[in-house]
Amino acid sequence: MGHLAGSERATLNTATAESRLLQRLDPRTRVICVLVFAVCVVALSSPLALAVALAVPATLMLVQGLPIGKTLRRMAAMDGFIIFMLVLLPFTTAGPAAFTLFGFDASTTGIWKAVEIGLTANAIILMVLVLVGTLEPGQLGHALARLRAPETLVHLMLFTVRYISVLQEEYTRLRAAMKMRGFTPKNTLHTYRSFGYLVGMLLVRAVDRSERILDAMKCRGFDGRLYLLDDLRYSKADFTFALVFSGALVVLIGLEVFSGSAV
Amino acid sequence: MHIVDGALSSPVVIGGALIAAGGVAVGLKKLPLERIPAAGVLSACFFVASLIHVPLGPTSVHLILNGLAGLVLGWAAFPALFVGLLLQAVFFGFGGLTVLGVNTTNIALAAVLAGVLCRPGVVRGSPFVASLWGGLAGGLAIAFTTVLVGASLALSGEAFIPAAKLVFFAHIPVIAVEAVLTGMAVYLATKVKPELFGALTPGKAI
Repeated sequence: MGHLAGSERATLNTATAESRLLQRLDPRTRVICVLVFAVCVVALSSPLALAVALAVPATLMLVQGLPIGKTLRRMAAMDGFIIFMLVLLPFTTAGPAAFTLFGFDASTTGIWKAVEIGLTANAIILMVLVLVGTLEPGQLGHALARLRAPETLVHLMLFTVRYISVLQEEYTRLRAAMKMRGFTPKNTLHTYRSFGYLVGMLLVRAVDRSERILDAMKCRGFDGRLYLLDDLRYSKADFTFALVFSGALVVLIGLEVFSGSAV
Repeated sequence: MHIVDGALSSPVVIGGALIAAGGVAVGLKKLPLERIPAAGVLSACFFVASLIHVPLGPTSVHLILNGLAGLVLGWAAFPALFVGLLLQAVFFGFGGLTVLGVNTTNIALAAVLAGVLCRPGVVRGSPFVASLWGGLAGGLAIAFTTVLVGASLALSGEAFIPAAKLVFFAHIPVIAVEAVLTGMAVYLATKVKPELFGALTPGKAI
């Protein structure tokens, strides 16, 4: 269950981390903390407060002993999406020019805005990866269910998580069959047609599979409900963590209030 | 296409979240409990499809296929794509958390619109006609998505307008690729399993 789309993309958790700090926390605590952190950090604008905000999940990552390179690479994957926007921003924002490149003025306001967005985005996504990305996908589903997320949505998510690896295998098989027949992706209509047929076949097989699943589940008395069996309980560790975490947030807000006007 | 935390203004973030919540609610309402296994498997299918990279010029792009999702799932595309984006954000670090609503709206609203417009043509026609409507749905969905992404950026600040324009023009080849691919996928699916595009409509046995 812990494998979303192949082993390479499995959760960041490692078996050795079982006894670590975060492992003792209730998944609900982790979900709630991430949400509060995200809302809080989005509201910050002082670069100092944001830099400290990035340091919070980084510290957690080190304390938890997560694979640093792997975690940071995932964070960097997100940066790939925004790098163009951030680079453009100084040139498209009005304000006093900091430097000129190819005849375009880069404004100081724009540079700070880009720094602000970059820090915010990275701080939040790193916190998500460290606190929730280390959960088993199934645990996340249970936590959301216990936090009163709509039951249907949670069921949908649990089914999705269950079948991602199955369909990934299906896809790998189809691709292997194509490779055996000498298919190499190129910039040709043939390539796009082949990929289209591949997707269509994947879809047909997914629907066929879902019919078999439903039949099998009905045989076992499925009446439209999944009964989530777990014994999630808040413990002392959750209380302590929440307290320290709130302390960190208060520090962040303090930094924002006292340094925000200075920059 | 993913927007990240911190880039958008609060009204856009909140507006996107509200639309997404509404869309997910409608989608779930139209999804009887018995169809959840099917919807879950299809949601997983689109998750896997979004990891496929196809060559485009000197580089490669990953598929989104929200047009196809709209055709197959209808309104259920909202919760299905939301789940996919949530899993991507949490386990791969793609996108962000506070912008999850905006990202869901940008992709799923486009999927539902394309689905509503093109599904009748796909269901009724011959495989060839169906593939044309399918291609239209695939292209339209990505075009809608880029327009919505651009609008989310432009509404958040004037400084983003050039970036929004860049996003749109950079995606024109992607629109073409998605259109061809979706058309081909629909062609094969209607030949092999014609009842597929009605699979999730209520009242019909799966």
